[in-house]
Amino acid sequence: MTGVTGDEPDRDAVSALLEDSAEDLYENAPCGYLSTLPDGHIAKVNGTLLRWLGYQREELVGRRRFADLLSVGGKLYHETHFAPLLRMQGEVRGVALEMVAADGRRLPMLVNSTVKTSGDGEPLLIRTTVFDARDRRAYERELLRARQEAERERDEIRRLATTLQRTLLPPVLPTVPGVEIATHYHHASPFEVGGDFYDVFPLADGRWGVFLGDVCGKGAGAAAMTSLTRYTLRSAAVYDPDPAAVLTNLNTVLNQEQDGGQPGFCTVTFGVLAVDPDGCTLTLASGGHPPGLLLRADGTVEYVETPGGQLIGILPDARVVTATVRLSAGDTFVLYSDGLIEARVGDTRYSEQELLEFAATLASTAAADVVGALVDLLAGFGEGVEDDTAVLALGVPAPRRC
Amino acid sequence: MDVLSRNNVVVTGNVDGPVVVLAHGFGCDQNLWRLVVPALAEKCRVVLFDHVGAGRSDLSAWDARRYSTLDAYASDVLDICREICRELDVRDVVFVGHSVSAMIGVLAVAAEPARFGKLVLLTPSPRYIDDGDYRGGFSAADIEELLDSLESNYLGWSATMAPVIVGNPDRPELGEELTNSFCRTDPEVARVFARATFLSDNRADLERVSVPTLVLECAQDVIAPREVGAFVHARIPGSTLVTLDATGHCPQLSAPEATAAAMLRFVTDTL
Repeated sequence: MTGVTGDEPDRDAVSALLEDSAEDLYENAPCGYLSTLPDGHIAKVNGTLLRWLGYQREELVGRRRFADLLSVGGKLYHETHFAPLLRMQGEVRGVALEMVAADGRRLPMLVNSTVKTSGDGEPLLIRTTVFDARDRRAYERELLRARQEAERERDEIRRLATTLQRTLLPPVLPTVPGVEIATHYHHASPFEVGGDFYDVFPLADGRWGVFLGDVCGKGAGAAAMTSLTRYTLRSAAVYDPDPAAVLTNLNTVLNQEQDGGQPGFCTVTFGVLAVDPDGCTLTLASGGHPPGLLLRADGTVEYVETPGGQLIGILPDARVVTATVRLSAGDTFVLYSDGLIEARVGDTRYSEQELLEFAATLASTAAADVVGALVDLLAGFGEGVEDDTAVLALGVPAPRRC
Repeated sequence: MDVLSRNNVVVTGNVDGPVVVLAHGFGCDQNLWRLVVPALAEKCRVVLFDHVGAGRSDLSAWDARRYSTLDAYASDVLDICREICRELDVRDVVFVGHSVSAMIGVLAVAAEPARFGKLVLLTPSPRYIDDGDYRGGFSAADIEELLDSLESNYLGWSATMAPVIVGNPDRPELGEELTNSFCRTDPEVARVFARATFLSDNRADLERVSVPTLVLECAQDVIAPREVGAFVHARIPGSTLVTLDATGHCPQLSAPEATAAAMLRFVTDTL
């Protein structure tokens, strides 16, 4: 301090400070002080805490335990958390407890305790400071309320995403006589709508339209694109069911659709399924989609390649590549999206080759069994499946054995 | 999932001694046994573990719905005991359950008695909430108040620290920044375990215990008062009741020598 020489009032202040004895500082400190024996009984308590609680010193010292001054919830918390923690680490800091005053008022406090030990580590005394935490507790309640609200909104987003996702997939697939159909949809995130889609629907001439694809992106934009893509595919198939024509029409529509300046595009395989007494024939067109997997009744597996097909919705004239697959009794054809073959496994990604090897090990090639095995495979990847994954299998049931 | 890593099972002690499985209660983890383990380990093979959701258990195995009743914990205990019997090539174990784990032990013994040679119930309570003439010591409103206390006390937990706690034990410097380094619990896990603990009623399960049982209570325990200890003793056929001259709910911390001695007497006693 400067310029205080010979200044009477300042000298008084200094001497008053010197007279602030340790005892007075203890008694009237701006926080509560409490010393308790290892069994919890109060050995010493300061005037500040007595004033806050409305007790006389003789009502507490030697008669009550610290836990006796807590609310019942606080007592339970003290016994299950505070006391064990204090015994194990010798101190506990910043625990919020409610103390109960003589008149029953609840006083939110912040409590710190340290253990004073003897030379051989035996606890002798617990020293506790107690801070009035009414303002802090009010603020914390605000935070808690905000967190609970955020959690509620999170749940709401999850619910909306799930509902929206459900509208993008057919609730039930039609029954196609002579063909077994099995599907699976894996949601990578419950909070976002993915862009994978599939459908099976009747065509006017007794044949069936089948498709599975993946629009770029996630979220609301992808959902709108998925919706547009699905309905365009179905309408285009009514107009001209030739698979290559269907995808060319979709390409035209998506090229006209600009999502906020971003081109919307997708990969998709579209097929026309014709069922006959001996099985079925699938005529496929693919625009940049991973090759379908063919599992024969005799256990052989192969990819049905459609190389060179281009993403749908980017170029004015996307190249679409076609292929034809014949399915006989016991054969199954699987379409899937790239979430499956790009799943993270350790430091690498799962691959088409590994999927082929996996398919070759399956005991049953029935559509439902194949999809079941793929569901287990996806589950085994756990967090490694970073993208949504759709699977659609079409199989000609093997004749029943008697 | 490997049970031993799921529950962070630790085996220590005398390889020729009886196998003693120590199960911690609500509020902490296997650290709670640290003061009695040295004495027990001289005579026994000591098995420690963390319940799923506590300590260094595999948090990804935790599920709010599954772990909302004590049955899930009892089923985990059976998994652990089966695995331990297989690994250590023994027929059965002595199970020591503290607090809520006492009732978890009762459920496990009732389900598969052959797996257990003896049972020690440390400060047990089959029901915390008063019911007619039964005095558990608490009202339903008291338990709600405890849940409030949990809400307002994170005890060093923060969601951003979770990966460190769970998956990064080789970086202790991160853990040291936390004030309360033991008994960290995700508040959501604590809430579910608190409900499973304090709202359960296992009074009817006590008479299903068919193995030699020691009931260890404290002279002063607000959570499991003496009359509750007497109730447990009366309902378990042929059980022994020992009252420790200790205060609080955790005699393994407040009176470790007496607690270990009482346990050892019972464990090594040939019946």
